[in-house]
Amino acid sequence: MSVPRHWRESVKRYRLIGSKCKACGKVHYPERTVCPLCKSRELEPFQFKGNGKIYSYTIIWAPPEGYEYCKPYAAALVELEEGEIVTTQLTDCDLEKIEIGMPVEIVLRKLFAYGESGIIVYGYKFRPVLPIL
Amino acid sequence: MEEVAIIGIGCTPVGEPWHKSLRNMAVESTWAAMEDAAIDQVDALIVGNMSSGNFNDQESLGSLIADYAGLGNISAFKVEGACGSGGAAFNAGVMAVASGMHDTVCVTGVEKMTDVVGDNATKILANAADREYESIHGISFVGLNAMIMRRYMYDYNVKKEDLCAFPVNSHKNAVHNKYAMFRQEIKMDAVLNSPMVADPMTLMECAPICDGAASAIITTKERAREYTDTPVIVKGSSLKVDTIGVHDRKTVTSMKATVTAANDAYKQSGLSPSDIQTVELHDAFSIMGAIGLEDLGFAERGKGARFAAEGQIGIGGKLPCCTFGGLKARGHPVGATGLYQIIELSKNLRGEGVVDAECGLAQNIGGTGSTVSVTILGRG
Ligand SMILES: [Zn+2]
Repeated sequence: MSVPRHWRESVKRYRLIGSKCKACGKVHYPERTVCPLCKSRELEPFQFKGNGKIYSYTIIWAPPEGYEYCKPYAAALVELEEGEIVTTQLTDCDLEKIEIGMPVEIVLRKLFAYGESGIIVYGYKFRPVLPIL
Repeated sequence: MEEVAIIGIGCTPVGEPWHKSLRNMAVESTWAAMEDAAIDQVDALIVGNMSSGNFNDQESLGSLIADYAGLGNISAFKVEGACGSGGAAFNAGVMAVASGMHDTVCVTGVEKMTDVVGDNATKILANAADREYESIHGISFVGLNAMIMRRYMYDYNVKKEDLCAFPVNSHKNAVHNKYAMFRQEIKMDAVLNSPMVADPMTLMECAPICDGAASAIITTKERAREYTDTPVIVKGSSLKVDTIGVHDRKTVTSMKATVTAANDAYKQSGLSPSDIQTVELHDAFSIMGAIGLEDLGFAERGKGARFAAEGQIGIGGKLPCCTFGGLKARGHPVGATGLYQIIELSKNLRGEGVVDAECGLAQNIGGTGSTVSVTILGRG
């Protein structure tokens, strides 16, 4: 288990902070240090709002080691309002009712734990936008 | 640049050989290929392997395999490009010979995956994706491909039944291949009714976790005739990369790395898709077969699955694909797969295979299309 490995990504993973190219304006998630569009190395942090819609999804029945605890669970490619796509798990949702185009929003959740006494890794997941009552 | 030819091929049976280690298998296939070329020494050994460090706690494969194959202190190293490591190693071998750096090179692909169990192998395979921003979310490698599959079915209105044509074809072709892992035919219903791995992808659409090693001996075209009457000529060999994450692609239903590597290989060979008579597709998942046919120029966008479902990829069809069982039924020992494809294509071109072809193509994919090599081989 390596704590720094997760710690150094934590702000980006908790708050969906990527980068924005100062030269061409392109936004990126995950964060980059070189803009692949114009090769500029002048980038600044960029806060994504965390709203988007489902571009594609799957339901994982055979999880990799460490994720058995929440099986079956949904994973998705979410197209953010700002245009980037993020890979994420979906949570708080009915697995039968997920569909492409469904609006979703970011939430902070546990991703996995290194055993019973190890660190717990947190990060974003996305959930369906609840109807306003 | 020198033209390059294949003068020897060899492999181990694909499966779960508990009694054989990584080094046993790599040495066995290396010597099978050297015997086929009737040589007992090479100038360099290039090893294709994805993850010996994780599967076997073993690195330094160049040294290990050259040492145990009795090749002495030659030039030897490992090349890695996830599940595309074999194709990447072959590409490196071609460069070594074409440049004049080495006269005779052995390229050996090897993977011993069954030294770890079940979900640990799933975790290691997920290392092919972006660990920090894809795999960290608990998305298996199958899961990433399942998302590509769902979007493909949505964009092109494709039925899962049509995609099943790929595993059905591969199993049919594996029956005659004594090196294949699954030598029995399957029906479409069996694929549809197999357990769900990552919705909509079922188990029988996925290549198995297994062990294997495959090798090819290459030299210059000029020297090849000294060794064999049936050299196979490398007409094109190209490797390209794309973004590591699926989420960073403009489209997920086409692999830019396949398109660009194929264009490059076609250009090198002076050939076009209509000249290719047989294809070893990277059918690790049914969906990859469909997208592969489209990206390589054999089917229109969204029509790859239909092309297969119409029987055109069968032996005797318009474009026989995966003629020795493909990744699905021959098996997919990840770092070795690219070399199995090369030797199967070579068998067909040497007249020892199952289709009579002058020219064939192999596509080897690493990750979700992040590393792709395309090789075009022709009769000497
Ligand atoms: Zn830029």
